Amino acid sequence: MKLVKALLPIALAAFTATAGLAETMKMSVTTSFANSGLAEVLLPEIEKDTGITVELLVVGTGQALELGANGDVDTVLVHSRAAEEKWLAEGNGTHRREIMYNDFIVVGPAADPAGAHSAATAADAFAAIATAQAPFVSRGDDSGTHKAELKLWKAAGVEPTGDWYKAVGQGMGAALNTAAGLDAYIFSDRATWLSFENKAGLELLFEGDPALFNQYAYLPVSPTKYPHVKAAAAEQLEAWLTSDKAKELINGYQIAGQQLFNFNATSE
Amino acid sequence: MNDILLGLAEAARRVVTLDPDLVEITRLSMAVTLSATAIASLIGLPLGAWIAVHRFRARRLVIAILNALMGLPPVVVGLFVYVLFSRSGPLGVLGLLFTPTAMVIAQVIIITPIVASIAHQAVRDLWADYHDLLISLHASRWQRIGALLWDGRRALMTASLAGFGRAIGEVGAIMIVGGNIDHSTRVLTTAIALETGKGNFDLALALGFVLIALAVLVNLAIHYGTRTERSSRW
Amino acid sequence: MVAAILPLVLDEIVLRRQGRRILGPVSLNVEAGGITILMGPNGSGKTSLLRAMHGLERLSAGSLHWRVPEIETRARQAFVFQSPIVLRRSVVDNIAYPLILDGMSRKAARALAAARAEEVGLGELLGRPAQVISGGEKQKLALARALMREPEVLFLDEPCANLDPRAMRDIETILRKAADAGTKIVMSTHDSGQARRLAQDILFLCDGRVIEAAPSDAFFALPKTPEARAHINGDLLP
Ligand SMILES: Nc1ncnc2c1ncn2[C@@H]1O[C@H](COP(=O)(O)OP(=O)(O)OP(=O)(O)O)[C@@H](O)[C@H]1O
Ligand SMILES: [Mg+2]
Repeated sequence: MKLVKALLPIALAAFTATAGLAETMKMSVTTSFANSGLAEVLLPEIEKDTGITVELLVVGTGQALELGANGDVDTVLVHSRAAEEKWLAEGNGTHRREIMYNDFIVVGPAADPAGAHSAATAADAFAAIATAQAPFVSRGDDSGTHKAELKLWKAAGVEPTGDWYKAVGQGMGAALNTAAGLDAYIFSDRATWLSFENKAGLELLFEGDPALFNQYAYLPVSPTKYPHVKAAAAEQLEAWLTSDKAKELINGYQIAGQQLFNFNATSE
Repeated sequence: MNDILLGLAEAARRVVTLDPDLVEITRLSMAVTLSATAIASLIGLPLGAWIAVHRFRARRLVIAILNALMGLPPVVVGLFVYVLFSRSGPLGVLGLLFTPTAMVIAQVIIITPIVASIAHQAVRDLWADYHDLLISLHASRWQRIGALLWDGRRALMTASLAGFGRAIGEVGAIMIVGGNIDHSTRVLTTAIALETGKGNFDLALALGFVLIALAVLVNLAIHYGTRTERSSRW
Repeated sequence: MVAAILPLVLDEIVLRRQGRRILGPVSLNVEAGGITILMGPNGSGKTSLLRAMHGLERLSAGSLHWRVPEIETRARQAFVFQSPIVLRRSVVDNIAYPLILDGMSRKAARALAAARAEEVGLGELLGRPAQVISGGEKQKLALARALMREPEVLFLDEPCANLDPRAMRDIETILRKAADAGTKIVMSTHDSGQARRLAQDILFLCDGRVIEAAPSDAFFALPKTPEARAHINGDLLP
């Protein structure tokens, strides 16, 4: 007791040390964005150019939008168009601004028992996996990636159920860990896959279908609904994210010699 | 096995070089957990003693609730605190969400039942010894609790340490209410979850080793602290 | 000092535990002044009666009255238990504890406690943790602690059971001194010699009842009941 009491002031001092008040704002982003490593390139530049410290809340798309809807962040950066539009229609944000896209890929065991590698389209690759009943790990967490995956099953005309289909209800990294452990197929964003360190026996098997493009959009939270949000900072950040400097950094970001993101913001 | 060795090496390297990121998240882990342990002890120890000493109508109910709360999944506590402190929630105006304070609150909720429950058992045994004497000396309720807390302090330290152990390793709740924000609310456990998600097993393990070392150090420090106290008193 | 809280009047008190009558009905008056000694075989109810008088036992029947409201008597009576209860702290802090409860500063209480410890022969052991001292030392500690508030009534349950003859004499001297200063002493003992040396009055218990109450001289000269006579002579009861 005595010792704990003695330590308490030290503990409290540590708080105040971290609570230095520069201009900060909060942005909820998807795991796939944060895990790509692009954030670590962009955030210091943003801070340098605008003086804004952007604090990232790295969560699934569903939770990212929910944090915005509750006014707990100032802006949201996600990739799930239908959900974004519904969110805007509910009056949670001011507008939707497209920033960049990356693409999804199909990853699976190097031996490729389903033959996904030789499929003509993404939907065909999915159909092949379903036909072979090859183990497939799904995010199953209502994330943007998960929603994109479900869209492809629909396009392939398959209802994904059965022993082979394993919905883990976790983030991209955790799902990839599971797939690596099971030697299973998995639908992933390219960025997370490239920077993922535990590939084990997995390989990239299918890519390039335009149906796999994954659009990121920037959505400021409505200051009408939540007067406390930092609307001006959110505006400044948007201007930066759509600037030529951002274009250069985003298009120039590479992992293992591969470009991950394509800047596609249009000036207003 | 290879991952474990790499993790140990990585942990050693970061500790030796006093890696600034590691120092920052370790400091915050300690600050949050020690604060939570202190607050939970201030609530839980007297509460446990009170339940041990007083026969009141709702006593069984309170014990049952405490025991049930011990099994509460941290994620549920995290959600509860999130809903409370969200801008759209009842305490949103305080602006505490995604701050270390919110993390402390969540941890206090998680460990207070543990501290109170262990304290209850320890004090109950001591109370069986002391009962007749304290009644005979006409000690007031608070004097009785004071005597039990003071004379049972070694056992109660165990209760606090159990709370500390649970809190330092907790991730579910503080991930939700803290947000794992870099340089702001990232602590050892949430960093471990993050690195595991990225597949960086060696770094995740390295952080895990630091966490274990920290827990051991705190336990040793407290045992050492109470021993010196003993020799100076007796 | 005269014990202003006395007399204590017991009116037909009965203790029943687990369906068994363990004490009573007992009616008696405890008057101020002197030493009253409870005697009787094992299990006859001495401890139960002392505890009931001190207010530690819930009465199954009957009633018990002090001269003043019971709440006012609490801090003016003290009890030494048959098996001593010690707090897990040093000897001196154990003895000082009643004064600490009364709000005295730790320093002043310790000084008084140290003097009292000296008196009962614990002067060398002040800093020792009380859990580790010997059984006899614990009894002395309990007596010293009970005397700290200078109680008007002091109950003692076989306070000399574990003491060597020398220590017993010392304790008896202390008790006699306290009685002379006006403290009413009510104690149990199995030692007839001690009872003869100390008692003004004897209460003899058998099977939960007080079967004989007499001045000490009269009791030891000629016990009226065969049970008491047998007990004093060390005979087995029929
Ligand atoms: N809580 C209880 N429940 C049941 N029986 C009890 C309880 N307390 C005491 N007794 C019984 O009541 C009787 C009287 O006990 P008490 O302790 O008063 O005897 P005593 O005269 O002090 O004996 P001793 O000389 O051995 O100390 C005993 O038979 C004992 O077993
Ligand atoms: Mg007895």
